[in-house]
Amino acid sequence: MAIINPLYKVLGRSPIKPMQQHMGEVVTCVKFLEGFFKASSSGDWQQASSVYDKICASEREADELKKQIRLHLPKSLFMPMPRTDLLDLVTTQDRIANGARDIAGLMLGRNMIIPESLQDCGMAFLKTAIAATEQAFVAINELDELLETGFGDREVSFIATLIEALDELEHDNDQLEQDLRKKLFVLEATLPPVDVMFLYKIIDTVGEMADNAERVGARLQLLLAR
Amino acid sequence: MTIIAEHGYLLLSLACVFGFFMAWGIGANDVANAMGTSVGSRALTVKQAIMIAMLFEFLGAYLAGGEVTATIRKGIIDTASIGDKPELLVFGMLAALLAAGTWLLIASIKGWPVSTTHTIVGAIVGFAAVGISVDAVHWAKVWKIVASWVVSPVLAGVISYALFKSVQTLILNHRDPFTRAKRFIPLYMFAVGFLMSMVTLLKGLKHVFKDQGVNMSFAECALYAAVAGLIVTLIGSYFLSRIEEDPKIDANDRFANVERVFAVLMIFTACSMAFAHGSNDVANAVGPLAAIVGIVNSGTIAAKTIMPSWILLLGGAGIILGLATYGFKVMATIGQKITILTPSRGFAAELGAAATVVLASATGLPVSTTHTLVGAVLGVGFARGIAAINLRVVGTIFMSWLVTLPAGAGLSIVFFFILKGIFIN
Repeated sequence: MAIINPLYKVLGRSPIKPMQQHMGEVVTCVKFLEGFFKASSSGDWQQASSVYDKICASEREADELKKQIRLHLPKSLFMPMPRTDLLDLVTTQDRIANGARDIAGLMLGRNMIIPESLQDCGMAFLKTAIAATEQAFVAINELDELLETGFGDREVSFIATLIEALDELEHDNDQLEQDLRKKLFVLEATLPPVDVMFLYKIIDTVGEMADNAERVGARLQLLLAR
Repeated sequence: MTIIAEHGYLLLSLACVFGFFMAWGIGANDVANAMGTSVGSRALTVKQAIMIAMLFEFLGAYLAGGEVTATIRKGIIDTASIGDKPELLVFGMLAALLAAGTWLLIASIKGWPVSTTHTIVGAIVGFAAVGISVDAVHWAKVWKIVASWVVSPVLAGVISYALFKSVQTLILNHRDPFTRAKRFIPLYMFAVGFLMSMVTLLKGLKHVFKDQGVNMSFAECALYAAVAGLIVTLIGSYFLSRIEEDPKIDANDRFANVERVFAVLMIFTACSMAFAHGSNDVANAVGPLAAIVGIVNSGTIAAKTIMPSWILLLGGAGIILGLATYGFKVMATIGQKITILTPSRGFAAELGAAATVVLASATGLPVSTTHTLVGAVLGVGFARGIAAINLRVVGTIFMSWLVTLPAGAGLSIVFFFILKGIFIN
């Protein structure tokens, strides 16, 4: 007699753990950028290329997790949060990792070295983007506590404070982006124009990473608001 | 008449074997549905669950199972209309048992989520309407039973929803949920103890009291039930006091310690679930048996005969044997597969379902424990307590009874005519 219990099929797979795993992988991926910047600034392209491989592997892993999440969210699932919000959330999370891969790919491909006078400011700029991503992960990590309390007010307001801190980090990142642009603008006449063009591009993409981290928070807030 | 006199003991033994087999099947398969939540949430080990199931299924069957057994035995069929042909009822009930057993076996092999209750009711209505006459069925009572199949999951859902919401406001939505949990969980334990003893006192022990000339009013019953509830609370509080907050496991999951407190509560709700299941589902197996015993012993369809208590004992024993021989394995598989319901949700679902089933048992309504439990799980889901519920599976479970009724009826009609052919010609 093969016994299939109907009850354990009633309970679907929770998407929360995979969502958190995905965000965790995104953080891993983004954190590699720091090492990549250091290696590229000192012109150590062998080291940079090996870090780039790690970034790509991590980004692929995140992609795979994203796919799994999408596959396991059929329409027939009844969840305490809207399915569309979760799907949007995972897409936004994934964009951060894509940004990290694009930055590393571009810099490695063109053997770009950031001008020495911009390196400190650039590093600080990158670090706030990474910090914003990590803060977004902290907020995403509260999803299971949120479910545990059945979307209790206390937990909702706790997550709101986490999201506020995330907004703060993104704001810092914006400030640093402006500073960096100003500094680059002063220098740009002395640098090869194509390099300048791509430097602006890199700044943009790092800024976008922080923007996307903030957007993860915004999506989370939407999820709470319902 | 002569048929019963001639083959009385053969028919009786057949009924006992079929009834026992069905009780075995319920113990082997169905109990796992009722206890799966506890095992799945790691509140109980498989061994503990089996022990609890054995004891409380038996107690439920023996103490609170009488009303539903009576419904199955004489509530669905209008016995007055076939008073001159009692052997038809004997064949019919045998056919119903056989049909239910067969259908459940097929369903188990195929992995269909069918309900024993729906099968047996379908089978009895089937042979009575086709084999005897359409008028032989107490349609009013049948509609009431069918209505209860719709109401019971909804009611269980509403109770579980309320229970989970109360847990949220009293415990989870606070700064120190661990202390709050320890303070408020005894309340739920009291509810469990009170509910079970109230039903036992009001319905189950009615016959015992009558025999000994004890007459208890509703208020007295409530008083004794409250005392029983307090005793349960005291036992529970003792277990709760042994749970210490462990800061190590709290590091990753701020509610891990709270769940450990709820796991204690779940032991109690698991008992109530087993009790409720025993009180309702044992009747499916022993109800037809009780009808046959009544006829064979008296030779007529006497609606007033007192049901011998050994019948409920036999049902309880069958369930225990089913658990010991096969239910063990089923429970072990479930234990590995359900990991999603945490004790704080599992308890709400179990208590909601158990309360509904026990209430149904007290009013003599045979309901499906599995359906009620699914309704309860949905209730917790509506309170935003469960990450994902598979609505398609819920749909198939609720649709399955539409298939089960004609299947049970069809099989029992076939068996009825076969039995009639064998014995009468």
